[in-house]
Amino acid sequence: MNRWELIVIGSGPSGLTAAIEAAKNKVKVLLIDENIKAGGQLFKQIHKFFGSSAHYSGIRGINIGENLIKKAEEVGVKVLLNRIAIGLFKGKKVVVKQGLDNKGKNIDIFEADKIVIASGASENAIYFPGWTLPGIMSAGAVQTMINVHRVLPGKKILMIGSGNVGLIVSYQLIQAGAEVKAVIEALPKIGGYEVHADKIKRLGVPIYTSHTIVEAKGNLEVEEAVIAKVDKNWQTIPNTERIFKVDTISIAAGLKPLIKLVRMADCKCIYIPELGGWVPIHNKNMETTYSGIYVAGDVTGVEEANTALEEGRLAGIAVAESLGYLDKKIACNIKTEIWERLKDLRSGPFGENRFKAKNKIIREY
Amino acid sequence: MNNRIVEHPILGKIDDKEMVTIKVDGKKIKAKKGEMIIAALIANGIRINRYTLKKKEPRGIFCGIGQCTDCVMVVNGRINVRTCITPVVDGMVIQTQQGLESGRDKIE
Repeated sequence: MNRWELIVIGSGPSGLTAAIEAAKNKVKVLLIDENIKAGGQLFKQIHKFFGSSAHYSGIRGINIGENLIKKAEEVGVKVLLNRIAIGLFKGKKVVVKQGLDNKGKNIDIFEADKIVIASGASENAIYFPGWTLPGIMSAGAVQTMINVHRVLPGKKILMIGSGNVGLIVSYQLIQAGAEVKAVIEALPKIGGYEVHADKIKRLGVPIYTSHTIVEAKGNLEVEEAVIAKVDKNWQTIPNTERIFKVDTISIAAGLKPLIKLVRMADCKCIYIPELGGWVPIHNKNMETTYSGIYVAGDVTGVEEANTALEEGRLAGIAVAESLGYLDKKIACNIKTEIWERLKDLRSGPFGENRFKAKNKIIREY
Repeated sequence: MNNRIVEHPILGKIDDKEMVTIKVDGKKIKAKKGEMIIAALIANGIRINRYTLKKKEPRGIFCGIGQCTDCVMVVNGRINVRTCITPVVDGMVIQTQQGLESGRDKIE
């Protein structure tokens, strides 16, 4: 079948919940993902989630992933893996390239009444002399290797970036048996939650704030990292260099939304640095400026898995409502509840900026 | 060299999946059935996937989820295969990619 009421692109947390909510309300849903397993990045999150019980607090990301995949099956979502959405044509046609199992690189075109783009985000690199040496990789790559594939990409690690990703991956590296030599942070203070920082500090990992990487050295692979203190203008201060003998440098320098498909559909975007860069504007139904195309999760601004799960639910409910499967009043009530929960997730010193930035997106619509 | 995380405080003991054999630059190595090529390589201490065209510089994994294409290799004669999202198959032949490998057919 090449025609669907809803096509969801991306099977991470937001794509899964969008598909589940819509299918629960009798929408015929096709969920596409380029990977051979659904779940997106949930499977590398072996830590317990924070928040209230409505937000899976105390449950590990891996278990949330398994539960959602099971649920999607139960409610009749058709899941198509190893298929890459390479384009969107006018009239809501999704161009899908068959994956690695198809040597002819065949193309399928699916038509949809509604589309949810849940393409997620990709990690930022930072650039310094030697940054291309093998052994220098994103923190997400490290996390995928140790927690999903169960292999250690290195034994002695320098972590760049003290946001939650940098802190959590440092801890998980230690759990996996590696030695984290240090975490460095260019800002004068630690970026992530204190509770995560304390966990690695207790294990003896030093966190150097106001420090940046100067250079990575090595013949064919990284062997050494040189760091130095920075002044308030981000310039390195002479004679403050420290050298670490490491075989791996992990970069946790934030993410940016993957808006390629959003751009193809000419959805209007706005630049919001707090959310990772260019993001599509949308209304309270998560619908973009292209009627019938919705967005959810990190593609609408980099946050975390819990907000992605909620945004996916919003999009799924809104799609079911607009297709006439869900009574307006009931839909309105569910959406109000979700927005309340999102407000909770976007509160506190860490959430407040995201709350403001997200409101800006909706105001722009 | 074995870089597999056999014991893990959260994930428990590694599953003992069936092992298969793949060939990397002519050398036979053991891989877990169905795991990503990059995992088998890292498990066996191989971290260089390709050399760049102009400067012949080594490159290895960067993003690990199929976004950056830094880990591409020649797999069963096919170039630019993203090893981080391509599972191993018994008997697979993998080669370090040199530049664009322009002498090869794009698709076998």
